Amino acid sequence: MPERPLTPEQITRRRFLEKLCIGLSGVCAAILGIPIVGFVVAPIFRRTTGKWISVGHIADFEVGKTVSVTVTDPSPLPWAGITAKSALWLRRINDAEFIAFSVNCTHLGCPVRWLQDADLFMCPCHGGVYYSDGTVAAGPPPKPLIRYDVRTANGQVQIKTMAIPITTTL
Amino acid sequence: MKRIIIGSWRWLDDRLGISALIGPSLKHLVPHDARWWYVFGSATLVAFIVQVVTGVALAFSYASSSSQAYETLQFITNQAPFGRFLRGMHYFGASAMVLMVGAHMAQTFLFGSYKYPREMNWTTGVLLLAFTIVMGFTGQLLRWDQTAAWSVVVAAEQAGRVPFIGDFLAQFILGGTTIGGATLSRFFAIHVFIMPALIFLFIGIHLMLVLRHGIAEPPVAGMVVDPATYRAEYEERMHKTGRPFYPEGAWRDFVFGTGVIVVITLLSYFVGPPKLDAPPDPSVLNADPRPDWYLLWAFALLALIPPEVEGYVMILAPVIIGIVLLAAPILNNRGERAPSRRPWSIAVVLLSVIMIGSLWIAGANSPWSPNFNPPPLPEKVVGATSGPVFEGAKLFRDRGCLNCHLIAGYGGRRGPDLTYVGDKLSESDIVIRIVNGGVNMPALGKVVTPEQLAQITAFLQSRKRPLRPENQASDTASSSTSAPK
Repeated sequence: MPERPLTPEQITRRRFLEKLCIGLSGVCAAILGIPIVGFVVAPIFRRTTGKWISVGHIADFEVGKTVSVTVTDPSPLPWAGITAKSALWLRRINDAEFIAFSVNCTHLGCPVRWLQDADLFMCPCHGGVYYSDGTVAAGPPPKPLIRYDVRTANGQVQIKTMAIPITTTL
Repeated sequence: MKRIIIGSWRWLDDRLGISALIGPSLKHLVPHDARWWYVFGSATLVAFIVQVVTGVALAFSYASSSSQAYETLQFITNQAPFGRFLRGMHYFGASAMVLMVGAHMAQTFLFGSYKYPREMNWTTGVLLLAFTIVMGFTGQLLRWDQTAAWSVVVAAEQAGRVPFIGDFLAQFILGGTTIGGATLSRFFAIHVFIMPALIFLFIGIHLMLVLRHGIAEPPVAGMVVDPATYRAEYEERMHKTGRPFYPEGAWRDFVFGTGVIVVITLLSYFVGPPKLDAPPDPSVLNADPRPDWYLLWAFALLALIPPEVEGYVMILAPVIIGIVLLAAPILNNRGERAPSRRPWSIAVVLLSVIMIGSLWIAGANSPWSPNFNPPPLPEKVVGATSGPVFEGAKLFRDRGCLNCHLIAGYGGRRGPDLTYVGDKLSESDIVIRIVNGGVNMPALGKVVTPEQLAQITAFLQSRKRPLRPENQASDTASSSTSAPK
C-alpha cells in the first residue's frame, strides 16, 4: 500500500511520537531498574564487621601454640546456617599478648593451614607458604597474612571481626 | 479418522501459521558437501537443551539457601528417585556443552567460516562461549559444598584484582564482606535466570544469523571471499547445488546429537555425578578447593604465573583474549578460507589445545600444592633404625620438608626431588639451603636446633644413588625374598 506524501505537520508529529515512545521506554526502564539494581547491590553495603567478639578464655590458650578458633558472624542473615561461621589462626605469644591471622591466603583467598612442627602456614591451592609471623616464605602470595585486631578483656580473648581480606591492585 | 486428524492439523496450521513460520527455516538450502564437520554447533544446542531440562528438574528439589542447599543436594543424590542420575546428566551435559562449544569454535575458525558476511555469527558465538564458562563456574558453586564455598572466595579475590572497582566486585560476588546467607542465592539467580536468559537470547540471534547468511561451504583452496561478490556467488551456488537443510543436512545433526545424549546418559548412569565434598562450613580449614575439569587449566595458570606479572595476567589477559576473539572476524574478513592457505590458523588451534591441555595436566597433578599428610618414610627408604640418619628422617617429615619434597616417591612435589640429593649437594650446600631457604623454599634456620640441622643433613647426605648395579640387584633380591633378619 503506497503511503500518501506527508505534510510537514505530520512529519513533526511522527518525529514527536517516536521520541515519546523511546522516552517513555527509558522512563519505564528507570522506574524498574533503580530498585532492582539497588536491591541486588544492597548486600554489599550491609556492614556486619568491625565488632569485638570473644573467642575464648585467656587461660584456654597455651603460650606459643597456634590454634584455629571459630567465630560466628554476630548478626548473620537468619538462613546463613553454618556459612555464618568462619575461622582464624590465634597464637598466644606470652601471658598477655595474642596475635591473630586471617586464614585467607593473600594470593587468592584459600584457607591456609598451620603446621605446628614446621612452624609454617601452607596454602592448599597454589602453593603459598608463610612463616609463623605471617610473612611470605614461598609461592605466589603478594603480601603477608592479614592480622586481626586482638585484645583481652575480662579474662576473655577478643577479636574484631573483619571482611574477608581482598588483595587489590590499585 | 485419518481425514479428521489431517483436517484438524490443516486448520490449526492455517490459524497458527506453524509451517509458514518454520517451514522456510527447515527447508533453507545448505551446501551439499557440509557433512560431519558441521555437527558441533547443533551438538552444543543439544547439550544446552539437556541442561535446561535437567536443570529445571533439579530445581524442583533444590533450595538455594546457604544453610540448606547442601542438605537438598544430599537428598537429590541419595534419596530422590533418579536424583543421582539427573545430577550426573547435568554435570556431563555441562561437560559436553563445553567440549562441543570448543569443537564448534575450532571448526569455524579452521574453515574460515567467520569471514564475510558471517562476522557476527562468530562474535555472538564468542559471547555464547563466555556465557557457557560462566554457567560452568556458577554451576559448580551451586553444588554448595566446601569446595564451592572456597571457590566463591577465590572468585571474589580474582575480581578484587580489577583496578579501582576490585573491592566492589569482590563484595558483589560474596554478597557482602564475608560468605554468608546472601552468597548462594546470588549465584542461583545468575545461574538459573540471568545466564540462561542471555544464552537463549544469543542462541536466537546466532541461529537467525545462520539463516540470514547461510551455512558456510567447506573451504576450497583458491576460492577467496570477496565481500563485493560473495553473496551473489553463494546464492547462485546454493540454487545450483544446495540441499534443503531438513532432512538432507539435518540427519547428521540428529545422529550426532543422539550420540551426545547417549554418551551423557551412559556416563551419568555408570560414573555418576561429582561427589559432594564436606559441608560448606568456612570455619573448617582442611579444605582443598579445586575447580571442575573445565576450569582446571585456569587453576594451574594461577599457580604457575610468576607473581610479578600475576596482576596483569589475571586481569589484562582475559580482557585482551576477549577483545581479540570478538574482533577477530572484523580484522580479517576476506580472502582465503582453506586451512591449507592459512597454516597459521592450524597453528593457533594446535597451540591453544596444547596450552590448555598442558595446563590441564598440570592442574590435575597440581605439584605446587603441598602434601599435607605425607606418610612417614618407611624403614626400607630411610635405611637406618637409629642414629642421626634415622632421627634426621623423622625430622624431615616433622619439620614439613616432606610436605614439599619427594624422597623415593614419598612426600610432596612442590620442591625438588631429594631422593639422590646426597650425590648432588655437599654437606655445607645442604646446611646453607636449609638455614637460608631459597627460591620458593622457607628458611628454616630459626625452626631447627643445630643438632637437628646436623641430623637432617646427615639424612639428606645419605640419599645417594646405589653405586654399582650389583648392589641394586642384590637389594631387590633381598627385599623380594624377605630374608630373615
